[in-house]
Amino acid sequence: MNTLFDKIWDAHVVSDLPDGPQQVYIDRLYCHEVTSPQAFDGLRERGIRCLRPERIFCMPDHNTPTHDQDKPIADPVSKAQVDALERNAKEFGLTYYGMMSPDNGIIHVVGPEKGLSLPGMTIVCGDSHTSTHGAMGAVAFGIGTSEVEMVLASQCILQKKPRTMSIRIEGELGKGVTAKDLALYLMMKLTTSGATGYFVEYRGSTVRSLSMEGRLTLSNLSIEMGARGGFIAPDETTFAYLKGREFAPKGEEWDKAVEWWKTLRSGDDAVFDREVVFDAADVQPMITYGTNPGMGMPIDGRIPADANPKSLSYMGFEAGDSLLGHPVDYVFLGACTNGRIEDFRAFASLVKGRRKADGATAWLVPGSWAVSRQIEAEGLDRELAEAGFEIRQPGCSACLAMNDDKVPAGKYAVSTSNRNFEGRQGPLSRTLLASPLTAAAAAVTGCVTDPRTLL
Amino acid sequence: MKQKFDIIESRCVPLPTDNIDTDQIIPARFLKATTRDEKFFGDNLFCDWRYDAQGQPKPGFVLNDPRYGGCILVAGKNFGSGSSREHAAWALAGYGFRVVIASSFADIHKQNELNNFVLPVEVSEEFLKELHGSIAADPDTRVRVDIRNQTVTNLASGKSERFPISGYKKYCLMNALDDIDYLLEQKEKIEAFENARK
Repeated sequence: MNTLFDKIWDAHVVSDLPDGPQQVYIDRLYCHEVTSPQAFDGLRERGIRCLRPERIFCMPDHNTPTHDQDKPIADPVSKAQVDALERNAKEFGLTYYGMMSPDNGIIHVVGPEKGLSLPGMTIVCGDSHTSTHGAMGAVAFGIGTSEVEMVLASQCILQKKPRTMSIRIEGELGKGVTAKDLALYLMMKLTTSGATGYFVEYRGSTVRSLSMEGRLTLSNLSIEMGARGGFIAPDETTFAYLKGREFAPKGEEWDKAVEWWKTLRSGDDAVFDREVVFDAADVQPMITYGTNPGMGMPIDGRIPADANPKSLSYMGFEAGDSLLGHPVDYVFLGACTNGRIEDFRAFASLVKGRRKADGATAWLVPGSWAVSRQIEAEGLDRELAEAGFEIRQPGCSACLAMNDDKVPAGKYAVSTSNRNFEGRQGPLSRTLLASPLTAAAAAVTGCVTDPRTLL
Repeated sequence: MKQKFDIIESRCVPLPTDNIDTDQIIPARFLKATTRDEKFFGDNLFCDWRYDAQGQPKPGFVLNDPRYGGCILVAGKNFGSGSSREHAAWALAGYGFRVVIASSFADIHKQNELNNFVLPVEVSEEFLKELHGSIAADPDTRVRVDIRNQTVTNLASGKSERFPISGYKKYCLMNALDDIDYLLEQKEKIEAFENARK
């Protein structure tokens, strides 16, 4: 009670259904090409339009190739799906950021960077990583395609109010330990279903001291603990990030907004349905060894004796193995988890003075064109090019391999993405989730390496 | 798709694995379809567990095992974790499953099942363990799911349990109504809400 989640959620309840869910008003709907076409079909079948088209933003990201985006997509099925989104956006009068538009990128990277995702909002998208926008102090969660159709049609969704959970982390993260490691640590501790049914508020000094990029990474991974969503109360870091962004309020409106945003915090008397506390000093650089994101360990650890044998067999590991020194075939930097400027800065900082290992293929994929432009403005692209790395064009890319960036069967990838499920990066691919620093360490050594030894 | 739910009695397909994620239920490469073609998704349900790289059925996988059949899938815990893809629910429905029994479900997938007239039945771990035992002992084990009374019964052992579902969603499933039917009638309330917060 009196948590920030309660405040934001309750302020968006339009009605309560008897013995059922609540009708919740949605401030922002994002649509990508994969989970929306059937929803638009539904509107056409019912003969209806969008109730509030100005609140809806569309962009393709999952199918987009990471090279030659100025040419038509080679895969005809991918092309048809991307074209369908463009047609639907046009037909229903929605804002559309197409491929090669300077505004395009991964939805969960673009929303915050354009100031479309703001504190106090309710935000949904047919994508489980919608929790990312929680970093802005918004209640943001992933939904299915039927629910996308609901929001397109009525700007509302029927939803049972989740329970509340506080995850408090106190203290300073150690050298070489990032927000990604913190999230992987939480998943290891709580498992992939540890927060099912809950909406998480991340709190404590560790969270407060994270940059906006770090907060976006942490919130992004809430779903991997099963949480309905995860968010962070807005503060000066949030306001400084948002000020001047395209869709953020301006002038007097800005002052009024900040005044309101400052009230968006859980009360001192807030009661959460569940509270857990962790110490930042316990978090090491992390890596996963299994086939769900909860199967992780400190990078210098050994695979636990009770690890799932089916997962280990898929990965080609055995209980008790250390992964340090294990050869790595592919390195992927990017995704809505770690495709932001800070992630590229971290990667480049570790690469500095070193070269890409010969045996490793590296895909460095910015989360958006805005990130790509910033990489160039800071000269990171040139530094990385000298070290043998190429910056590709933005999109979801190898996170789920809906484009050409697929990890071949049996190959190992150290990936900054969010899921290591069987076949996630291509049929029979083997994914080791890690931070951008650990990815960089793997890219320059060709094997799993503790990034702290290279810092 | 939209179909009225009443009592379902069927044999079962056992898949006693925990944390089955929606990438396994329907891999990402099948998400490029732009229509809700349930047959297509159903044909590719559990594709990478069901078929080898040449597209041949893997004999060890339960959907390829002629001993098992029916419209009830019996899984483990945390069924449907990961991606929000509703294609997973379409694939289950397209294959012919009308009920999934598990000891817990991931939130988004559970809602996707309900929105596609596939009933997620959440049971205790004890009930689930006993049911898997019954099916292992006799592949013809039948289960009865009574949505009106919210009960699920292992007809081999006679053991019965009550499962949770909101009164609203129960009404929808029993009457073949979906949430959009409801929301489209709420326009006045929505506009009043918008005006009130201006």
